[in-house]
Amino acid sequence: MNIASIVQISIGAILINNFVLARFIGLCPFFGVSKKLSSATGMGMAVTFVLAVASTFTWIIDKYILVRFNATVLQTIVFILVIAALVQLVEMALLKYSPLLYEALGIYLPLITTNCAILGIAVINSQDNVFTGKPYTFIEGVINGIATGVGFTLALVLMAGIREKLELANIPKPLRGLPIAFITAGLMAIAFLGFSGLNFIQNSGG
Amino acid sequence: MILTPIIIVGCVGLFFGIGLGIASKKLQVHIDPRIEKIAQLLPNANCGACGFPGCGGFARQVVAGKADPSSCVPGGSKIASQIAEILGVEAKTTEPMMAVVHCKGGTNEAKERAVYDGIEDCHAAAIAGNGSKLCTYGCFGLGTCVAACPFNAIEINTNGVAVVTIEKCTGCGKCVSVCPRGIIELIPKVHKIYIACSNHDRGAKVKKYCSVGCTSCSICVKTTPSGAITIQNNLPVLDYAKSDNFIPAAYKCPSKCFIDLVKARPKANIDTKCDGCGECITVCPIKDAITGEKGSRHVINKDLCIGCGICLDSCHVHAILLWGGLGYSSSDKSKRQMS
Repeated sequence: MNIASIVQISIGAILINNFVLARFIGLCPFFGVSKKLSSATGMGMAVTFVLAVASTFTWIIDKYILVRFNATVLQTIVFILVIAALVQLVEMALLKYSPLLYEALGIYLPLITTNCAILGIAVINSQDNVFTGKPYTFIEGVINGIATGVGFTLALVLMAGIREKLELANIPKPLRGLPIAFITAGLMAIAFLGFSGLNFIQNSGG
Repeated sequence: MILTPIIIVGCVGLFFGIGLGIASKKLQVHIDPRIEKIAQLLPNANCGACGFPGCGGFARQVVAGKADPSSCVPGGSKIASQIAEILGVEAKTTEPMMAVVHCKGGTNEAKERAVYDGIEDCHAAAIAGNGSKLCTYGCFGLGTCVAACPFNAIEINTNGVAVVTIEKCTGCGKCVSVCPRGIIELIPKVHKIYIACSNHDRGAKVKKYCSVGCTSCSICVKTTPSGAITIQNNLPVLDYAKSDNFIPAAYKCPSKCFIDLVKARPKANIDTKCDGCGECITVCPIKDAITGEKGSRHVINKDLCIGCGICLDSCHVHAILLWGGLGYSSSDKSKRQMS
């Protein structure tokens, strides 16, 4: 475990393989919660938190139960089970210890359960690390989860910023609202395509 | 072999199930069941008229005793009494309110001095040259209030003026606070008449740029003897608390600045008890609406009668009654015959 691989994974998850804009995972909150900058930030934080927790638990369960008993076919169902239970737990804990944060996250928190980004990170962590060619270690998996969350937050905040400005723009009537948001998202995805030129596999040397 | 997945999924499920079960006991937060009950009653428009963040916030505050059950404006007295019943307290009755726009000068009536082609928002138009109309008091017609209304009760009509749909309006007052010109006001729903002009300019000036602008001629003041209408800053102010009859003022206005939300007022009718004292003619605000020789039965001209009902109280033999109304207008004869 060295700093280089942490940087690799972080940059990889935040920019090169941004969940929303490069992998097209977790698009529903990307459009649903990107109308206001404040709620976008809150949603980003919540998703990042759940991603970190979920990647921790699913990595442990994957490594020590599923792989060990040769039952990786059960990944999807077990991961969903774990994620749903975790989100429930987080919700209960928040309500008990931080009602303010619970209030701020509101409906978004239970909705994270159905966010495909959470299942996505669990599945990706169970595969091989694209940079090293070896399975993700525990630390790498957790870092990957957090970085993915940061990438998600970044995309969401950028989108919310643009959409707040778009509110005031003189947009042709048929394109107002969601249509222009889709076009914006498409352009942002093209822009993020530029990051795919960052190639760590050759330069890193292991 | 098939047992492995069953055992694995079963064990993982059991583990998390037990974990959640323990957690729900350990992390239990006592929530007053009344909060949920009240939250279900509320309109859930989250309009904020009560002053709390959303309907859920209001439900918590009202159970905590920090809010009055009648604070929910859209819910009205019905929901107030239901909340009060749950809490076991007395509910104060609230007067249902509605929003009205004090302007009717659209593109047909108010003259333009420029073409506004900017952001479709009244605040933006106010900054960018104070709108396109010559009148600097009236409705921009750009729909900031439309966007603010949580009940879809305001729309910009084809004439370019915001109008409130009274049936949908709950009186939450969101539009009142967003209007940059401050021409939306909440009035009691029982009053169907309001002045649709906000112009404080002098009469001669107003006439030049708006055909339905108030010229502060004060005819409305004279036709309302109780003093419920006063001219303040070149504009009549209707004092709804005095609860007066504003119908003569509305119909006598030469500029037609008033709006009467009642589509068709009832008409007065004099029956055979009339002894022809002529008292009704003297109180009637409309010239020639009641005619008749002294001593013989008087007749009401149905086309002129505005249905204000002032003559009813003046008749000492109680021969005058209001007929019809609400359902038909004198211009709609066919409907009248059918009913």
